[in-house]
Amino acid sequence: MIMNESRILIYDGSFNGFLTAIFVAFEEKAQVADIQKNTISQNGLFSKTETIFTQMDKAKRVWNGIQKKNNTAIKNIYFAYLSETEGVELLLYRYIRKMFAKNVDIVSDYSDGVVLKISQLTKSVGREKHRMEAFVRFQLTKDEIYFANIEPDFDVLPLISKHFRSRYADQQWLIYDVKRKYGLYYDLENVEIVSLDLQRIQANSTLKSDHFLDEEYGYQDLWNNYFKSTNIKSRINMKLHTQHVPKRYWKYLSEKKEAV
Amino acid sequence: MSFERIKEKLNILADAAKYDVSCSSSGSKRTNTDKGLGDSSGMGICHSYTEDGRCVSLLKILLTNHCIFDCAYCVTRKSNDIKRAAFKIQEVVDLTINFYRRNYIEGLFLSSGIFKNPDFTMERLIAVAKKLRTEENFNGYIHLKSIPGASDELMREAGLWADRLSVNIEVPTISGLKLLAPDKKHEDFTKPMLKVKNEIIQYKEEKKIIKSTPKYAPAGQSTQMIIGATGESDKDIMYSANHYYTNYNMKRVYYSGYVPVSEDSRLPAIGSQVPMLRENRLYQTDWLLRFYGFGINEILNDRHPNLDIDIDPKLSWALRNLEHFPVDINKADKRMLARIPGLGMKSVHKIISARRFRNLNWNHLKKIGVALNRAKYFIICDSNKWENRDLEAHKIKGLILQNSVGKFRKEYSSQLQLFN
Repeated sequence: MIMNESRILIYDGSFNGFLTAIFVAFEEKAQVADIQKNTISQNGLFSKTETIFTQMDKAKRVWNGIQKKNNTAIKNIYFAYLSETEGVELLLYRYIRKMFAKNVDIVSDYSDGVVLKISQLTKSVGREKHRMEAFVRFQLTKDEIYFANIEPDFDVLPLISKHFRSRYADQQWLIYDVKRKYGLYYDLENVEIVSLDLQRIQANSTLKSDHFLDEEYGYQDLWNNYFKSTNIKSRINMKLHTQHVPKRYWKYLSEKKEAV
Repeated sequence: MSFERIKEKLNILADAAKYDVSCSSSGSKRTNTDKGLGDSSGMGICHSYTEDGRCVSLLKILLTNHCIFDCAYCVTRKSNDIKRAAFKIQEVVDLTINFYRRNYIEGLFLSSGIFKNPDFTMERLIAVAKKLRTEENFNGYIHLKSIPGASDELMREAGLWADRLSVNIEVPTISGLKLLAPDKKHEDFTKPMLKVKNEIIQYKEEKKIIKSTPKYAPAGQSTQMIIGATGESDKDIMYSANHYYTNYNMKRVYYSGYVPVSEDSRLPAIGSQVPMLRENRLYQTDWLLRFYGFGINEILNDRHPNLDIDIDPKLSWALRNLEHFPVDINKADKRMLARIPGLGMKSVHKIISARRFRNLNWNHLKKIGVALNRAKYFIICDSNKWENRDLEAHKIKGLILQNSVGKFRKEYSSQLQLFN
């Protein structure tokens, strides 16, 4: 009887922690009422809570198991997870159960509510990843690091690491997520995750900061001028403009500095 | 370097280059080698969008706007009284590298006015690209303009450094060209095009045998036509585009609504509206030809030489060919699904995947993202509620227009016509 009592699994908020929770749920054939991060967990009235301790070997087994079954599914699961949408853990749990319950490839079953929702979340996160690849604006600091602030809707830093590493292999760079307070730093050899609490360096203020070289402001100025010159006034379409470059991103784009 | 001087040149030479529509940065397979700078192996990226809503992907500039030609449609033509400027080769290289390092751009789009002669100009463009590749180890995207009349030898070299080459045909008809650009011959445009096409084929063949064969213009070539400058019909334009797609293996043909840049009796006056809706319909047609399996004569022919302005070309085709409908969503093949108004290729693929699990009904189709307000008159699905009145084409069109809000609606609404 105790085995079948519904449970809320509490994990540490990491992706590996989540995968460990999935492992536990499957192994113990648990009735899962919810899977929650320890920072935002709420007790259920009729369920008991259980704290899950992240175990890399279990997480790895879940990852490999899903990947072996379906390569697209593992990507969808990781992307959807990074959306940080409320309740995404339970949704993913149901998705994974569906996957293992059937022998067919469920990833393209778009008329199923869970599958469609995961596919939509994957698409949103993918779009945000692509936006960050586009909207990062590096500024060259006095110690020769190309530095950028971002504030993405979803936690996409882990997804853009490879893109920037293969593109800027010969320069040091740091991309810092203002909202989640961590960054990626490339030291010409490897990319590492750095946790810092940067208060002072605010990108794209119209005020100059002494962290950056004068030359840096020279190039920003050239870029802003180019941005204006390449516009065709008789074709103006501000609606389309803000559709492509939503206003929430403007404060980190040097070409929109004056508009902010 | 002097930022002030560069800024002045940049303003002049970016302003003059902006009428070139292409800003594509995809399709190349150039990867970062030896820890160099840049990579253009992925999909294209628009780093920003101008206030006219166009993608900014490349640093798009002219090397110079000095020009020996006097083409009526062109802002840099000899007789136009404007400020002239010229970049030094090193200045373009520095700008490109510094913009790229800051993640402003995917690469460079370099065009030029023709100074001295075509070969002299082409040599300069090649020198910029070569310097970027060899001295800066730059693997970003480079789009070079093929200068009309440039020699075969130079065109061969250009493709070794550039990812894409393009020569703009500008005027879709030969008679129009004679009128607006009397100094240029049609062959001046097609000769470099043909050379590039043949080189691409040859390099690809060689690559099959010798793996170390260098890349030659891996992102192919493109061209552009001005729309609405010489009174040509949509049929003229699209048959011409089709000609370049089939005979020169063009990756893209761009359509650019003419923006009046001079007072000239041969052209629309300054201040005339840019034909943006027409441009949009031409792009839709272009897509139908390249991705939806339509033949050009199905959409445009002697009986229908111009596209409808108030409805999209696929809907227009469907209304003229009602005998093919309704189509059963759960049974029809891909070719026929692609012909249903309101269905994009993404929806087509989703439908084909999803219907393997169960028959699809209206609710499924709506969730998948089908534009039902157009599609519903042309399909049946797993439901007995479908449009079973025997409606005539003009009736369907009326119903669709009544129940939709197109972004260009104001340009053809009946209220406006009262004042025309």
